[in-house]
Amino acid sequence: MSKVKVARKSTRIDMTAMSDVTVLLLTFFMLTSTFVKKEPVQVTTPGSVSEIKIPETNILSILIDPKGKVFMSMDKQSDMVNALDSVGNHYGITFSEQEKKKFKVSATFGIPIKSMKAYLALKADEQDKVLATYGIPTDSVDNQFKVWIQKARAINPDLRIAIKADQNTPYKVIKDVMNSLQDLRENRYNLITSLKNETANKK
Amino acid sequence: MAEIQSNEGGGKKKKGGSKQKKISVFVDFTPMVDMNMLLITFFMLCTSLSKPQTMEINMPSNDKKITDADRDAVKASQAITLVLGGGDSIFYYTGQPNYKDYNSLKLSSYKADGIRDFLLKRNAEAVSKINDLKQKKLQLKISQADFTKQVSEIKGGKNTPVVIIKASDRSKYKNLIDALDEMQICNIGKYVIDKITPGELFLIKNLQSKGKLSDGAAK
Repeated sequence: MSKVKVARKSTRIDMTAMSDVTVLLLTFFMLTSTFVKKEPVQVTTPGSVSEIKIPETNILSILIDPKGKVFMSMDKQSDMVNALDSVGNHYGITFSEQEKKKFKVSATFGIPIKSMKAYLALKADEQDKVLATYGIPTDSVDNQFKVWIQKARAINPDLRIAIKADQNTPYKVIKDVMNSLQDLRENRYNLITSLKNETANKK
Repeated sequence: MAEIQSNEGGGKKKKGGSKQKKISVFVDFTPMVDMNMLLITFFMLCTSLSKPQTMEINMPSNDKKITDADRDAVKASQAITLVLGGGDSIFYYTGQPNYKDYNSLKLSSYKADGIRDFLLKRNAEAVSKINDLKQKKLQLKISQADFTKQVSEIKGGKNTPVVIIKASDRSKYKNLIDALDEMQICNIGKYVIDKITPGELFLIKNLQSKGKLSDGAAK
């Protein structure tokens, strides 16, 4: 009787090639992508045919939500701390080192300066909840937005202003923001849009 | 590959000679792959590949020192005023506003057959020139630098229309962007965003009531 010999095959798969591929993909993602900034409000930007990309550094972005709340963010953390300092000076409020450190790590800010101290005392997850209900005051009586822009410009003269607004924002809010900017002689700025394909030749 | 093959395989000892153990060096890459996959997932979820698009605009200065005399007066024959109303409506009139005739303000739309058609017709000369240039560029007859230079020359030409965009408080941000978009599509080089005047609001109301307001004022 002859036994049927079943060849024992090793079930081990060589993962080296797989590893190569994943590392390659990883490198690609790390080099090409940019981190999504945490934003307190969801904003859908309107589409446009413009194909200019936004520069990466020295950006002061102004975020406007559909209800007209205004938030700001800067890409350099040192600028943010300096701006907080000088805005605080302007309103006669001084911030401790710890408060500055907390402010530095927050991606977007939009708190009336009077409530800033109470806000910075909160924990990070509570901050996120509270932030969406505030916004920088832009009305003519107490235009803190103007002060922020002014101080930020004084700290970093190369700053470029980018406005990111929701497509359903009433023009009235945009007008107020643009007016404040114009008062400060900030006449050049970028409007952030998303891509839309459309050409005039399509008929 | 990851395996370094020894002649004997396994840990068999050679008969005589050196007594060094020969170990098969096989590195298992499975955990490495696991970790990489995790990292890739993280990067895919937490980052965005596309950088946002942007539109660069220059606004006129709010400076009070600049009087009307300093500003360049726009020839009435070249001026087109777009008035953005609420509910995605867009109106336009050419030249000076005519408060007596309600038909001077015309209702249009953001669609391709609306305001774009009108602007393309008004700007036909520049549009055809730029299309020619685009063809030349596609055939590699002119360089990119020449192309942009000539395009801006055509856009700034004497007989191109000047568009004044006036958005009312009831219009949305999207309407403004759409209007600015039309400027790009229609190759209009000279445009400005201006504040809406009570006169334009009157024109809209007058058009909606089909001239009742101006009739009433005349009486």
